[in-house]
Amino acid sequence: MWKFSVRRIMIMIPQLFVLSVLIFVLAKMMPGDALSGQIDPNIDPARIEEIRQEMGWYDPWHEQYARWIGGVIQWDFGQSFRFKMPVTELMGQRIENSFWLSLVTLIFTYLIAIPLGITSGRYNDTLRDSLITGYSYLGFATPIFIFALVMLWVFGFQLGWFPTSGSVTPGLVPGTFDYFVSKVYHLILPALSMALITTYSTIQYLRNEIIDTKQKDFILLARAKGASESRVYNRHIFRNSLLPIAAFFGFEITTLIGGSIFIENIFGYPGMGQLLIESISLRDYSVVTATTLLFGMAAVLGALLSDIILSIVDPRIRIK
Amino acid sequence: MGFLKVEDLKVHFPIKGGLFGRTLGHVKAVDGVSFSLDKGKTYGLVGESGSGKSTTGRAIIGLNHITDGKIFFEDNEITATARKAKSDIRKDIQMIFQDPYSSLNPKKRVLDIVAEPLRNFESLSRKEERIRVQELLELVGLSPESILKYPHEFSGGQRQRIGIARAVALKPKLIIADEPVSALDVSVQAQVLNFMKEIQGELDLTYLFISHDLGVIKHMCDHIGIMYKGRFVEEGTAKEIFNDPQHIYTKRLVAAIPDIDPRKREEMKQFRQEVNTEYEQAYNDYFNEEGLAYSLKPISDTHLVALPEKG
Amino acid sequence: MAEKLLEIKNLNTSFRIRDDYYAAVDDVSLTVNKNEVLAIVGESGCGKSALAFSIMGLHNRTKMEGEILFKGENIVNISPSKLNKLRGKSMGMIFQDPLTALNPLMIIGDQIGEALLLHNKELSKTKRKEKVIDLLNKVGIPRAEHVYEQFPHELSGGMRQRVVIATAIANEPELLIADEPTTALDVTIQSQILDLIKDLKEDMNSGVVLITHDLGVVAEMADRVAVMYAGQLVEIADVHTLFEEPLHPYTKSLFNSVPNANEEQEKLHVIQGIVPSLQNLPRTGCRFAARIPWIDASQHEEHPELHEVKPGHFVRCSCYKHFHFPEESKEEQHHGIS
Repeated sequence: MWKFSVRRIMIMIPQLFVLSVLIFVLAKMMPGDALSGQIDPNIDPARIEEIRQEMGWYDPWHEQYARWIGGVIQWDFGQSFRFKMPVTELMGQRIENSFWLSLVTLIFTYLIAIPLGITSGRYNDTLRDSLITGYSYLGFATPIFIFALVMLWVFGFQLGWFPTSGSVTPGLVPGTFDYFVSKVYHLILPALSMALITTYSTIQYLRNEIIDTKQKDFILLARAKGASESRVYNRHIFRNSLLPIAAFFGFEITTLIGGSIFIENIFGYPGMGQLLIESISLRDYSVVTATTLLFGMAAVLGALLSDIILSIVDPRIRIK
Repeated sequence: MGFLKVEDLKVHFPIKGGLFGRTLGHVKAVDGVSFSLDKGKTYGLVGESGSGKSTTGRAIIGLNHITDGKIFFEDNEITATARKAKSDIRKDIQMIFQDPYSSLNPKKRVLDIVAEPLRNFESLSRKEERIRVQELLELVGLSPESILKYPHEFSGGQRQRIGIARAVALKPKLIIADEPVSALDVSVQAQVLNFMKEIQGELDLTYLFISHDLGVIKHMCDHIGIMYKGRFVEEGTAKEIFNDPQHIYTKRLVAAIPDIDPRKREEMKQFRQEVNTEYEQAYNDYFNEEGLAYSLKPISDTHLVALPEKG
Repeated sequence: MAEKLLEIKNLNTSFRIRDDYYAAVDDVSLTVNKNEVLAIVGESGCGKSALAFSIMGLHNRTKMEGEILFKGENIVNISPSKLNKLRGKSMGMIFQDPLTALNPLMIIGDQIGEALLLHNKELSKTKRKEKVIDLLNKVGIPRAEHVYEQFPHELSGGMRQRVVIATAIANEPELLIADEPTTALDVTIQSQILDLIKDLKEDMNSGVVLITHDLGVVAEMADRVAVMYAGQLVEIADVHTLFEEPLHPYTKSLFNSVPNANEEQEKLHVIQGIVPSLQNLPRTGCRFAARIPWIDASQHEEHPELHEVKPGHFVRCSCYKHFHFPEESKEEQHHGIS
């Protein structure tokens, strides 16, 4: 088991290296830079060139990369041009916000998907199954940004049940109970909007797993032992079908990242997704590279998590 | 002698392990096997699962990498490493697989399935190709109209015949049949076996027949080789193997075949017990420290047995 | 006089295909006595497994009619809770493929233990483990304590089949149903498993229903044999009578199509045509008629019945009286590729 994990982690190192190079080079290839369009027209263009020289922007890319990666290893992503503060500091709160948003979204996703998937799989080809499958396909077909806008308009503006932007009511003192409640309150609508749309894969995956497992010989054997239907489902079918879902968990993170970029911008939620879009439009390189790198790392870690979970829960892999 | 000759064939699969996936050792799936096939005859390879019989067949046709040893076909070396005239050999040696359900592409029509080898090796016009395929289907006893059907429209036996039609399309000289009837019902099995015998005469085919079913092997084969853990334990004519087995492994295998006569039940039970006792007692004499068979030694012109070194 | 354990009377088991029901088991009547092996023989699609599943109540979405009397009590369409009290306790089942019959995520001990737990709630955990290890020893698994903790994929096919057997006999069932128990196994393992089933039967004085397509296995194991074709029983006899004097054309054809290790045959008999699918079964007349077309239609009965030709020997339809194998020349002619 540990051998497997160690080997799996070692594979990650080159993955992360390639990822960082790719992100860095792509960011450099973006047209324009942080100084273009931002500077007082009275400043002499020659001076701007000088600043660019000073910043080392004309050095060969690999030198720039080496400087950057050297910092990254020490958790130093450089300065943000736009906000005139260290990127690390800028991201601090936002990472936390995004983390909570993702976590709550995941919880919602599983709360919705698991019971629906189980019902759908257990009673396949009944009316219940058709309704659930219909819902999940609808979710699959609906673009997340449209659905999120509709949710925001209905529950945020029309009904006014939820706040329409931000991550917490301003003026509350961190650490108090009110602060915590306000945070959760701000999370619910964006998380729910995303969860309702992204449950598709989990529901369908679980449904197919259950239908598949139902027809396995060992289920017949369980029945032949005299196990009741509920025991057959609880002890044999669900356990065996939830296993791939558990393993799938890490990959959900990738979907979440994609979704959060839309969700955070639509709900004005100050997280990493929002920061990424802002920094791209402002050519704030150090922030762009930092956020993308962190997203990439999250995805790679998610895949790692999936593999490790699978190796823990599935005895067939555990042995090797 | 010497239509197909296999000399000291070895197929070893590496076992990867450790932190860096280094090769820790080898599974010796086939470990020094030599035999030869006579033209127009059927040679049976028998063994239990994991004995290396299928690996041997697949190595001959080039589906498995050969670790060591040589294969000669009509006196030309065709070992994968020395395989220059590869395509010619691929034409002359064809394979029939076990599972008629999964070895045919379900999305292709019978016409395309059977014509595939023709398209690879011969440039025929559409019309010529169609006629050839129809002839082939007729040969295997299927109606020529079935060329536009898909595999799922056929029964198991018919599918296996489609597989055979594809195998004989290029008029091969040697057919390697890997458990060709194991997935079939007895009556269908009879159909395929009869048919294989018929076309053998008509097309002057040589078979390498791989099976775990000793009844089928006895029915089909002239010569038989018994494999165990990648090595031969005994080789001889069908008579010698079934009526006069010499190696304890062969004896036990032959004794284990259920007897079709219910009156012999007690007799068989006794006999089996005797053979099993002999097997357990003599195991160390017949196998080396690793539990592998010794090399074959002739006890007659055709009968070879893996007997321990005299000493 | 043999003691009746299971009596099946006019059983029909129908599968639903689209909106119609098709009988896979059609008017089957059988008895199984204590300490007796009844073999049910036939090719795939003849309904032999459907019959086994009917006895165990393992079908869903089927319609069952008729009676299955287990020790005198009808178990067709009984409540699930009553059925679950019988399954695994009084009736055990051995499945065909030991590679798929065990739950891959459960250790062996728990899988066998479940059969004990379900029928004896009072048994303590330690007692249960002892019993499971006893069972593992009983079915000839070496190092039982170690195997108890192992997962199915760590065992060979033969060992897994022993585990399946241990599960089936955990509560010493009076009736054991073995559905092709050795088809997936090598021949030496097969003979060991068959011996094991035979010994266990003797030990527990149980009745065994052995489903198989292998006539060799029948010859080795059975006391009585029932031959099935297209959902119906076509011949029933004790094993010696059936092997010495088979009567029904289907039984005879089966015998002639198997390569026999004792005899030299140049050519095997081929049964013409194919086993009809469930939807295409002829529901009137002799179901085997289409496959022996050289026998005149007048030789078949209009409504073929089972006739008791000798005490205990039953044959369906009158065509057996007139049956002969076709002339050699009737075989298909083949043309070589020119």
